[in-house]
Amino acid sequence: MLPGVAYFLLFHYGALVGNVIAFKEYVPFDGLWGSPWVGPGNFQRMFEDAAFWDSVLNTLWIAVLQLVFYFPVPLGLALLLHTLTWSSVRRFVQSVAYLPHFISWVIVVALFQQVLGDTGLLNSGLSGAGLHTVDIIGDPDAFRPLVVAQVIWKDAGWGTIIFLAALAQVDEQQYEAAAIDGAGPWRRFWHVTLPAIRPVVVLLLIMRLGDILSVGFEQMLLQRDAVGPETAEVIDTFVYYQGIVGGDYGFAAAAGLFKGVVGALLVYAANKVAHRLGEQGVYK
Amino acid sequence: MSASARPGWMEKPRPLTQTAKALALAAVVLLVCVPFLVIVSTSLASTREVVDNGGWVLWPTEPTLDAYRDIFDGGIVTHALGVSAGVTIAGTLLSLACTVALAYALSRPGVFGGKPVLLLVLFTFLFPPGMIPSFLLVKELGLLDSYASLVLPVLVNVFNLVVLRGFFQSVPEELYEAARLDGAGDWRVLVSVVLPLSKAALAVVGLFYAVAYWNSWFYASLYLESDHWPLQQVLRTYVVAGAGLTDATTGEATVTAPQTVQMAVLVIATVPILLVYPFLQKYFTKGVLTGAIKS
Repeated sequence: MLPGVAYFLLFHYGALVGNVIAFKEYVPFDGLWGSPWVGPGNFQRMFEDAAFWDSVLNTLWIAVLQLVFYFPVPLGLALLLHTLTWSSVRRFVQSVAYLPHFISWVIVVALFQQVLGDTGLLNSGLSGAGLHTVDIIGDPDAFRPLVVAQVIWKDAGWGTIIFLAALAQVDEQQYEAAAIDGAGPWRRFWHVTLPAIRPVVVLLLIMRLGDILSVGFEQMLLQRDAVGPETAEVIDTFVYYQGIVGGDYGFAAAAGLFKGVVGALLVYAANKVAHRLGEQGVYK
Repeated sequence: MSASARPGWMEKPRPLTQTAKALALAAVVLLVCVPFLVIVSTSLASTREVVDNGGWVLWPTEPTLDAYRDIFDGGIVTHALGVSAGVTIAGTLLSLACTVALAYALSRPGVFGGKPVLLLVLFTFLFPPGMIPSFLLVKELGLLDSYASLVLPVLVNVFNLVVLRGFFQSVPEELYEAARLDGAGDWRVLVSVVLPLSKAALAVVGLFYAVAYWNSWFYASLYLESDHWPLQQVLRTYVVAGAGLTDATTGEATVTAPQTVQMAVLVIATVPILLVYPFLQKYFTKGVLTGAIKS
């Protein structure tokens, strides 16, 4: 037990205390504790910094797009898989669909480049057919749809697991009883399937809302240079570039702390709402 | 192949619905498989064929292992492969040991400090410390540019801990009591009663750690100098960002690596995942994970 507890104390709580740097100006020679205090100065600078607010806006944009376009996909796929009566086909499709979840972001981004990039599969096909080529990877306007598509490719299959688990809980006899009472496929879906997955859908929505300030840090960092910070800078990459690259640790930590506090409040609020709605929520 | 098992009360599906479903499923399978097929094919093609085809080969006419010979020649990729394998193995063992010990302690009722420690652990889920403080901590601990910086800051994963704890809790109380009556101590009970019963959960958690360590890229880019890079960071630099592949012995940058070599690196980084994937799959079907998610 001790090594584990020591790990949490040092690397989580130790680092958590390290957030005091947000109220200091980091001087490398003096280290974390010796650096001079600057009070809320870093936060003041942050709130007045247009680049910071741009990154907040970009984060929210991508999060909302993911919510609208990614979120329904695993749900739909799970419902489709659930209707398959041929179990070997179903298992095969599941195995294939889960796989991309275990592929690293570096590889996923490389794969997308190779398929959609300017010399990629798509463009060599287009130019082969005598059509104009399209630059999807380097186009800032295409960036948001692109990152959502990547998330769908990587995680939609994996996302079905939790819905399929909920669907597996439904007693087969409920469907049979409904069918005998004359309910067709759509009515059975509406009255049996939907109530079974509703709590899971609500739970996942809450978790996503609570986590709305995080949108795939590695994914963004890997592709930020291709389209520039105007569209690709999110809060996490802002922190990275200000702090790690720019050396302005206090300022970057302030932005990070801001995100952490707002994120925790959002989880708390979302959980409250869930309890109001009579759902279980994430924690009691 | 098991036959379709449609229950008697269910309507016969209409051909249109059937076709639509089949098309949707085929699309899912193709979307996942085609990119992999393309990188494998291209890595096996000759450079000339790749250039003639405009950068792409769907099926090599004259397969060759030249690209793989190039990267296994003892250059930077060979070294990175060793680093990735080492960090993955050492990290997984260490993480698994610490997670098991903590999960076991937290799964037993009446362990001194159990409740506060559990809260302490779960709180980190809600409020992660943030990138900058973590970076400064690693720096102040003098772990910069050491392989330990890839392992220690992510030693215990809360999700894996909760999965294992849940599994340990499901071991029947009678077994604990029987072992105690036979005079077994805490460690003895863990090693000879609990762990043998939890093989499936241990396998899943171990594989999760292994996949995470193998795929880990950001910490390597953050903490390590280029001569210590693991495979993912090499991949990022030479394939994603398209830098010239440096000769590890002279340190001189050459021109951007040929497409075939880039694809070969991509394949090598992916293969270990494909190899462990069937095992992961096997344990999912046992429902370990779905059970854990529910709890």
